[in-house]
Amino acid sequence: MRRIAFSLAAPVGAFVLTVIISTIALWIFGSDPFEAYGDMLGHARKLETQVDILNRATPFYLSAVAAAIGFRMNLFNIGVEGQYLIAFLVAAQVGGLISLPTVLHILIIMIVAMITGALYAGIAGVLKTTRGVNEVVSTIMLNAIAVGGLIAWLQREWQAPLPEQFSSSDLGTNPIDDSGLMPTINGLLEIFTREVGQGKELTGMLLIAVLVGIGYHVLLNRTRFGFDLRASGINPFAARAGGVPPKRMVVAAMMLSGAVAGLIGVVELADRGKFPPDPIQGLGFAGIAVALLGRNHPGGMVFSALLFAFLDVSSGVLDTTGVASREIATIMQGIVLLTAVVAYGVASRVKERDEARTAAEALAADASASTETVGASA
Amino acid sequence: MKKPLRLLLALLAALALLATACGSDSVSDAVDSASDAASDAVDAVDDAMDDDEDAMDDEDAMADDEDAMADDAMADSDTSVGLVYDIGGRGDLSFNDSAAAGLERADAELGIPFGEASPNDDGSNRAELLQLAADSNDIVVGVGFLFAGDAVAVAAENPDTNFAVIDDAMIDFGTGEPLASNAAGLTFAEEQGSFLVGAAAALKSETGQIGFIGGVCCFGLIEKFEAGFIAGAQAVNPDIEIVSEYITEAPDFDGFNQPDRAQVIATTMYEDGADVIYHAAGGAGNGMFQAAKDFSEDNGSKVWGIGVDSDQYETIGSVDPSLQEYVLTSMLKRVDVAVFEILKAQQNGTFSAGNTVYDLSVDGVGYSTSGGYVDDIADQLEAFKASIVAGDITVPTVPGE
Repeated sequence: MRRIAFSLAAPVGAFVLTVIISTIALWIFGSDPFEAYGDMLGHARKLETQVDILNRATPFYLSAVAAAIGFRMNLFNIGVEGQYLIAFLVAAQVGGLISLPTVLHILIIMIVAMITGALYAGIAGVLKTTRGVNEVVSTIMLNAIAVGGLIAWLQREWQAPLPEQFSSSDLGTNPIDDSGLMPTINGLLEIFTREVGQGKELTGMLLIAVLVGIGYHVLLNRTRFGFDLRASGINPFAARAGGVPPKRMVVAAMMLSGAVAGLIGVVELADRGKFPPDPIQGLGFAGIAVALLGRNHPGGMVFSALLFAFLDVSSGVLDTTGVASREIATIMQGIVLLTAVVAYGVASRVKERDEARTAAEALAADASASTETVGASA
Repeated sequence: MKKPLRLLLALLAALALLATACGSDSVSDAVDSASDAASDAVDAVDDAMDDDEDAMDDEDAMADDEDAMADDAMADSDTSVGLVYDIGGRGDLSFNDSAAAGLERADAELGIPFGEASPNDDGSNRAELLQLAADSNDIVVGVGFLFAGDAVAVAAENPDTNFAVIDDAMIDFGTGEPLASNAAGLTFAEEQGSFLVGAAAALKSETGQIGFIGGVCCFGLIEKFEAGFIAGAQAVNPDIEIVSEYITEAPDFDGFNQPDRAQVIATTMYEDGADVIYHAAGGAGNGMFQAAKDFSEDNGSKVWGIGVDSDQYETIGSVDPSLQEYVLTSMLKRVDVAVFEILKAQQNGTFSAGNTVYDLSVDGVGYSTSGGYVDDIADQLEAFKASIVAGDITVPTVPGE
């Protein structure tokens, strides 16, 4: 009973606090908060919007899992951004050059993306273990090298042949055959609902994201590697004393994180069909916030990814109707993150104190009981 | 016992992804749209009614829904527009602000109400915004060629709404056909405006040497500026020496955002003897004006820069007034005119799909006179303009033709 109350107190408190602060913020900016909430919820009730939200939540979730794998052993992989962009580009190029039966084609693209992401993340891991370079510094620098250097150069090298007269939509790598693109799963969704309108397509990578979430849970809680990972995170010295090889763990965790980051590239690839001149950037950083809010928990991150996606998608409808500025969505994402951190901090302190008191009471009861027996026997 | 339970919970949580999508919708389906409810009723009493609508399946219900929405849009107003800016929205002193000016003029002069929106910072929701704008407007305008792909897709789903994209022709170059029957591409005869500033450069040059800096080469747009500029300069002085340089090559679009590299290129050109340089490099162009100022101050001989897109005497002046005196003129690309004209066409029922080019004859391009530095050659420039409009001069769109 008490445990459930404690575990619910923090998220509920964070939610209530977020709504209160957001309402005040909306009111200060001269918007009607209730009209804004009404618009957001009304929009989210449409099936088409829900498809948008799921499509947006899918890369958020993968990015969060990628970050969380590192976080669980106190390894801060800030480089998910660069890892997925590199993986996106390399997988697009490889996928565009080969022509295979559909399942095989998709599999190869996914494997290439994961290997690319893993290798790129592995650089930071090797730098840390051999030269002692802090992974925060190295991954941030690797982001800059990926976006500003490698990708800019490879984009030009791998530009598909252009016709005499062309438009912007011809830019990018060779378009991948349909056999290499993860199919949409509108059909699966429509078993439960009506037909999805407006040409919206639910990404098939949603299923992969679900599998990754389950895999993450199993890995952490069911395998030796997961145990070593968590042990290294809680107390690296104890883990080392217990026979966990720290260097190998760092490199392995980094590479695993990078491999999941690579899958974000496959989500984008399924949507765009090639590496376009304007790939979506920032998903890697969004994942850090989503992981933080979801407390690195496979289920918690589902909700935080959905929440962030919902707020993102809502910004469009607020902007279009003019009820509130679209920036309010970003503000709400920030508020919910802050209140969650504060709420969990407060909750864990209250819980500690409560446990201490219970323990003290139990001890006191024990002590008095034993003195009684001593007294009785005397 | 505990572990499997938690695994089960995690699974359930993951499946909640799908559940949220399904659960709430069956409710909204039932209560939200009257036409859905009506079609359900038709379903139920299908046998009793002897009309042709025997197979009112979901697809038909959807179509009905769309029809109803379209009817609503027709019924309640004449024309309304939803405009989606490029990333950043209003306040960029350039492209977006120019589009906003056209929107406001259409509101004031034609009484066309407007809604506006701008994408997330990562540009991930362009298609969503076009769809939202299409839900409640008769015409949707996307500002910038990055909307082209999404506009084609959204236009196909909203056949009763018209779409317009700035800076993309929206035609299939292979067949010459529009990419969608309800989508227009609004492009500009940049070569004609560039011709006039090229003429101005040649008329103002004392060294007989001028320069051109392009932001990004090889994707077909910036070459139009270069070709017009060269043709205009040679029309004044066939022996003029023109040096051209691009900052980056497509698909690397960073050239539009690298004022430092524009500054280095411009400084070299000035040092080699050029005294007027025209840039078609977006935000990078500021570096050229800085180079003009530095060179002039160091050498005591005044050199010029020519701006692009908007009146840079005004836009640069609002950032750094000390650069204003080096802005000879600017090649104007009147996005506001294009937006206004397409809205007017929509209101008059003369909207047509495919490419519309805004040229000198409709003042879609031109040159600015702020600062008064081209007042002494205004007569010659106006004469060139008249010949181009009359068709006596055909301006090339590819350098060297």
